[in-house]
Amino acid sequence: MPDPAARVQPMLPARYELTRLRRETSDTYTLELTPVDGSPMVFSAGQFNMVYAFGIGEVPLSISGDPNRPGPLLHTVRSVGAVTKAICALKRGAQVGVRGPYGSCWPVDESVGSDVIIVAGGIGLAPVRPALYEVLAQRRKFGNVALLYGTRTPKDILYRRELHGWRGRFDLQVEVTVDHAAGEPFEHIGVVTRLISGVHCDPHETVAFVCGPEIMMRFTVVDLMELGVAPENIYISMERNMQCAVGLCGHCQFGPAFVCREGAVFRYADIERFFQIREI
Amino acid sequence: MGTQKGLESIIADFPLFRDLGPRNLEIVAGCAKNVRFQDGEYIFREGEEANVFYAIRHGQVSVDVFTPQRGPMTIQTLGEGDVLSWSWLFPPYRTLFDARCLTLVRALAFDGACLRGKCDEDPSLGYEFMKRFAKIMTERLRATRLQLLDVYGAPGNA
Repeated sequence: MPDPAARVQPMLPARYELTRLRRETSDTYTLELTPVDGSPMVFSAGQFNMVYAFGIGEVPLSISGDPNRPGPLLHTVRSVGAVTKAICALKRGAQVGVRGPYGSCWPVDESVGSDVIIVAGGIGLAPVRPALYEVLAQRRKFGNVALLYGTRTPKDILYRRELHGWRGRFDLQVEVTVDHAAGEPFEHIGVVTRLISGVHCDPHETVAFVCGPEIMMRFTVVDLMELGVAPENIYISMERNMQCAVGLCGHCQFGPAFVCREGAVFRYADIERFFQIREI
Repeated sequence: MGTQKGLESIIADFPLFRDLGPRNLEIVAGCAKNVRFQDGEYIFREGEEANVFYAIRHGQVSVDVFTPQRGPMTIQTLGEGDVLSWSWLFPPYRTLFDARCLTLVRALAFDGACLRGKCDEDPSLGYEFMKRFAKIMTERLRATRLQLLDVYGAPGNA
């Protein structure tokens, strides 16, 4: 992980050009950003960038591309606020400012030899997708691997084509559920936690990566521990109001940690005490 | 349908009955049979007498409620390892939802009236059953609460 303190100008964004904007759902887009100076960004799975819509504002966005594939930077963005709406409204060729990568990463290499369960909710699939790419790139080094993905309705499913591809693999268990289907037939209807009991794994040899709304992660952690997964082997990606991204401003403080610096990926056992405290 | 002994071993493998003990398994197996339903078939409909519950061994079942304006709405889907219906446990023993097969479904069907009788005769078996069903109900309640929160619908503001 790059040390933000070692960066000469950690607050200075580099210019990136929007080379492609792919619509994933009605309000979610994947941006393909190419560095104007030509040098691709090196990042680890789970890290994020601060993306600046010139004149409007800056937002933290998880990197959703493959860390091992040099090329354009991928960010999947949900258009919900002033900055993300401006970013999603950009046309091909427009430029944004990008600084990063920041934060901790999913412990993929440390999980070699274990079974892996990835539980993602909603747009939370984007930050864990790089971890799945990394696991699949060295698939033989892991035991059973499962991706459990829950979202609101069938229309809100991200990376639909890729999910179909993953489901076609013999070495990956992929289960997708939706909270509501509005009369539409769908294999799994119910919350993502309901999929956990159906995972093929040895709970004592399992590492879990969890990313989604905090309330969903709370319920997921309970069910993973009920399955027998140790809190030391559960990793979650926290979301807070990250502004400086280098641990200076304090907006993203979470107990004794700054989410931008010590997170966003935390080992659950390390933050369990604070995770249970309201409004922290 | 398999032999009584075969049925016992199938039941013993099912999560609900794990570690139930040989004596209790024998009692439970006496009230059980293997059943199959075809894709699209209704296992039961809302308001019917509920004297059977099912342990799903294969396939997917949707639990629906019919609404006059919107037609059948799926509350949740159940699959392998899940238990379908607990209405057999409590008066008035009527089903509250429709259960519709989304695929071929293979299940163990348990005669609820028979089991209720066995539980009345042997309160320790009854207590064991209540504990196991209460756990399922708690899990379903927890999931339903999470579902009600509509966690993916709340947008941020950045």
